[in-house]
Amino acid sequence: MAKEFDLNEVEVWDGNYAASQALRQAQIDVVAAYPITPSTPIVEGYGSYVANGYVDGEFVMVESEHGAMSGCVGAAASGGRVATATSSQGFALMVEVLYQASGMRLPIVLTVVNRALASPLNVRGDHSDMYLGRDSGWIQIDAFNPQEAYDLTLCAFRMGEHLDVRLPVMVHQDGFTTSHKAQNVTPLKDEVAYAFVGDYVPVNDMLDFSRPVTHGAQTEEDWHYEHKAKQHKALMDSRTVIDEVFADFKALTGREYKRVESYLMDDAEVAIVVLGSSVETAVLAAKQLREEEGIKAGVVSPRCFRPFPYDLVRDALDIPTLKAVSCLDKSAPGGAMGALFNEVSAAVYTTKARPMMTNYIYGLGGRDFAVDEAKRIFKEQKAHADAGHITTDIQQFSGLRGPKLGFFQTRRD
Amino acid sequence: MAITSIKNLKEFSTNNDRFEGSHLLCPGCAHSMIVRELMNCTDDNLVIASNTGCLEVSTAVYPYTSWDTSWIHIGFENAATAASCAESMYKARKRKGTLKDNDAPVKFVAFGGDGSTYDIGFQWLSGAMERGHDFTYICLDNENYANTGGQRSSATPIGANTSTAQAGSHSYGKKQKKKDIVAIMAAHGAPYVAQLAPNKWKSMAKGFQKALETEGPCFINTVSACTTEWKFDPKDTIHITDLATDTLMFPIYEIIDGHELNILYRPKNILKVEDYLGAQGRYRHLFKPENKHVIERIQSDIDKNWEMLQRREEARI
Repeated sequence: MAKEFDLNEVEVWDGNYAASQALRQAQIDVVAAYPITPSTPIVEGYGSYVANGYVDGEFVMVESEHGAMSGCVGAAASGGRVATATSSQGFALMVEVLYQASGMRLPIVLTVVNRALASPLNVRGDHSDMYLGRDSGWIQIDAFNPQEAYDLTLCAFRMGEHLDVRLPVMVHQDGFTTSHKAQNVTPLKDEVAYAFVGDYVPVNDMLDFSRPVTHGAQTEEDWHYEHKAKQHKALMDSRTVIDEVFADFKALTGREYKRVESYLMDDAEVAIVVLGSSVETAVLAAKQLREEEGIKAGVVSPRCFRPFPYDLVRDALDIPTLKAVSCLDKSAPGGAMGALFNEVSAAVYTTKARPMMTNYIYGLGGRDFAVDEAKRIFKEQKAHADAGHITTDIQQFSGLRGPKLGFFQTRRD
Repeated sequence: MAITSIKNLKEFSTNNDRFEGSHLLCPGCAHSMIVRELMNCTDDNLVIASNTGCLEVSTAVYPYTSWDTSWIHIGFENAATAASCAESMYKARKRKGTLKDNDAPVKFVAFGGDGSTYDIGFQWLSGAMERGHDFTYICLDNENYANTGGQRSSATPIGANTSTAQAGSHSYGKKQKKKDIVAIMAAHGAPYVAQLAPNKWKSMAKGFQKALETEGPCFINTVSACTTEWKFDPKDTIHITDLATDTLMFPIYEIIDGHELNILYRPKNILKVEDYLGAQGRYRHLFKPENKHVIERIQSDIDKNWEMLQRREEARI
């Protein structure tokens, strides 16, 4: 039996340590992992719990991230709780198996500490890896600070392992800005945390020999389509389970999470839609602008990146006063508009007001995103609102050195 | 527990029928013989992982399965990881008492073709061997990517005609020697490593049993004659395999704890390699006068290897 960890009512943890503590409390059966900056401390932290008797599951240090996710799949099919952690290149190496894990309906929890993708090689935070996973069939939940990294990692097991869901879950946090930022974190006692997560219920257990199972069968044009459709439905239907888990977590802790978070939106004229640790920066900018200049600024963030909450994003932006919205993407768009812009625009297109939509690429490779920059973007939205049309390129790069970079204009003949 | 009655082939072949005959492997494919030998040589529960390849695509096409035991396929390269981490899950759950039957003996086995063993899954295999899981990896070595039309792998012998190392007016086929996977696995310090052949079915069954009973990561390379890509009549699978073992193209031996080598089969009459090569379409071009040197090279390599194996066996180190 694993030892209980002596926790204070309030701890000072960074995002990595917070995530590793949540993994420990979930009493995982197998962690198969490989280290990579900036998620390495999650794996190291977990290893120290193993070395000191706080974990009685198996800890398998494999030879690569592809091996880590492969090991998670093999272990998960063997009827127990499984998790791992990664970032960036490691995430990219895992991609083949991410699709296999979701297609095989195995509820693995992956804590992703978001980091840029090479080339050029860069260890700092952006959302390139998170975006790379967006079609992989996983639930993707986004934490904005260390407390949330802890809370949402506990919630992830409940979401993925729910018998109506049975899908793997990624819990994202931003590399360095969250993973290495120490803040006050209020943890649950070990027994309270485990009671919330609950015992693992095996499904199609390879170690139950009274009922042999075949995992990872082949299907061609006769059945593949139906399987993928069913998998998509399970992911879409997980929305109600995610809401239930958030409701239970609020009842337990008082801390409230929503699939789409809205800040200062009731009477907003301009809004920023953004993910991750930048949400807190944007909210601070909105508050200051309201006080200093009377600009009615608000912020929306899809905390649940997959399944993408089109309806809730639409509702959050279906505000009669809202004139202009800028979606901020922290990933190199590779010859398109940012993914967040595309998805939010699709949701906003179904509103009556249809505010003006613009896209900012920002913060690539860990370039700092400060309050002043968020304010400048709000003010630009205000200029669009006052002019009645988009006064800049629709897609721009924010905080870029050298001449301005932008693409596409609204047609106004 | 190991099956003790392996003297009678008829009895042995129908023991523990956990691999269904209704699969999609080619007529004459040796894969099913090898798999059946493995599954019949033990009464223990089996968790089997397969890499993508002939065996996998022929035995688990939805909504059917040939596997009357726990079976998993993930991708081309990671059966060793799947089996080894299933074993980790078994250890964790046994310790916690959450298994359906906490006392039932379980063995973990991974199958891969030579493409997924020697080439694309090499890293995953090496990692699992180094970590020391209690499992057995069995390579079904048919010396090419047979599932995708016979491309060369690093297990393809020198001189073979494959669909990516063609024999032609300017080429005698594959130019490179076959990788010595057995030596590489023995160098991992694995407690039991062997090379076995289904024509020598008793030594194969005993080798499988040794691997399953040995604690730790074991590796077995098996010759699996490929009627489709080696180009011989499907009825001749065992005959071709006899030629492989009697020419010593495929010597049968085991290595214990990385150093103690035992030869498990010594042909009474060692045949010339021409007998083996001449029986297969993939080597037909070697009998042209300009390619005579390749046959000489193959024979010379075989002779040197046999000498090396015998000396290592004598050395007992």
